[in-house]
Amino acid sequence: MSEQELNPQEAKGPLGRFLAASPDGTVKTIVIAAVLCLFCSMVVALAAVNLRPVQEANKLRDKQVNILQVAGLYEPGIDVNEAFQAFEPRVVDLATGKFTDAFDAATFDDRAAASDPELSIALDADPAGIGRQGKYATVYLLKDDAGNLDKVILPIYGYGLWSTLYGFIALEENGNDIFGLQFYEHAETPGLGAEVDNPRWKALWNGKQLRDESGELKITVAKGTGDPRFHVDALAGATLTSRGVDNLVRFWMGETGFAPFLENLKAGEL
Amino acid sequence: MAQTRKSLLVDPLVDNNPITLQVLGICSALAVTSSLKVAFVMALAVTFVTAFSSFFISILRNQIPNSIRIIVQMVIIASLVILVDQVLKAYAFEISKTLSVFVGLIITNCIVMGRAEAFAMKNPPVASFIDGIGNGLGYGLILMLVGFVRELFGSGSLFGITILETVNNGGWYVPNGMLLLPPSAFFLIGLIIWAFRTWKPAQVEEREYKIQTVEAH
Repeated sequence: MSEQELNPQEAKGPLGRFLAASPDGTVKTIVIAAVLCLFCSMVVALAAVNLRPVQEANKLRDKQVNILQVAGLYEPGIDVNEAFQAFEPRVVDLATGKFTDAFDAATFDDRAAASDPELSIALDADPAGIGRQGKYATVYLLKDDAGNLDKVILPIYGYGLWSTLYGFIALEENGNDIFGLQFYEHAETPGLGAEVDNPRWKALWNGKQLRDESGELKITVAKGTGDPRFHVDALAGATLTSRGVDNLVRFWMGETGFAPFLENLKAGEL
Repeated sequence: MAQTRKSLLVDPLVDNNPITLQVLGICSALAVTSSLKVAFVMALAVTFVTAFSSFFISILRNQIPNSIRIIVQMVIIASLVILVDQVLKAYAFEISKTLSVFVGLIITNCIVMGRAEAFAMKNPPVASFIDGIGNGLGYGLILMLVGFVRELFGSGSLFGITILETVNNGGWYVPNGMLLLPPSAFFLIGLIIWAFRTWKPAQVEEREYKIQTVEAH
């Protein structure tokens, strides 16, 4: 197809001539590609920038809802922001088990910190399968009306079968009795591993204890029966996910996890 | 092509269904059909992307240089998909969490590209738009059929509402775990194709080869 066929007399101005030109010319090919890319990238960028605040709010709300759920405070339809005011977020230095004010607890990002070489350590013994562990973690303190500590919510995560499970564990004020456990992000098999979200299974955690009188970490997720104070029945058909949950709970409640913090909590030295 | 607008819309549902006849878009049909709600949102998203990508590509069809036409189509499709993804993340956060990577993978859904290349490059914008809607709905129809069976027998519920009380929740129904895994969608789609072709024998493809009868020497 050549330019003569395309009635040049109908084309008006530079734009008209351009549009009437054969689309297969080199110049036109480049110009079309450039204009289209520019236009599309602008549309995409506009959408991304304008929707970001709503998306961030969604993520934050999702996390808050999960913290409320694990503490047993969530009911459909409540004002999440207001209910969340009951919690006091604090950043804990995992090595010493003490609070630190080096970071703003409201904005400290545990997940970003866990991959920041400055703020994390590579693990040699890594039962939870997380590779690097952050040196600091954000915990949420729930106080009763009199201002006494009621529950403490600790972030936990580790590898299951397909994915890293991110969740929270809620402990009573003595730092040993479990109130609840909940995962807010995972990609385990629907119907099998994803049953970690089943309310009936989550209810099994309520009232379990982390350690026995001698202070030995006894909590375990396993098939069959065990000491009812420490034993949570594994999920049917999800051996590897159950093992992952067992590992990650024991890791985070152990010496490299929150054990120093829980010691301090028990001794009242916070 | 003397197709009426109605036939553009209705044909892809059964007579020219993108999944069962054109056998496109199988991959995502396996992945997102374990629950009806997710399948429904996915069907809407694909319908939206197919319709609008066909529309825009059809508007530009006389200006698109032949040598880079696939790239141009991909740019338009990808932009629309990112748009859908961002909107879902902002206004349907729960569902976007379940769909996760599959929204992004609409870009690689052969239905979108297939309609752009086969229809939108040669037809006017409105017809292309309707063709896109029709094919999206045809895809959605199969998704909903597969999702119905998988969710009902795999989790004992429909749209998350319990129909068959499962044993895990204290009921009587032992769910079929296989239906929650992707391969089961293969079997179901196979059965649907079989049913469609029994109903409409015209869909059965002619053999590309003939079985030779060996003559005795």
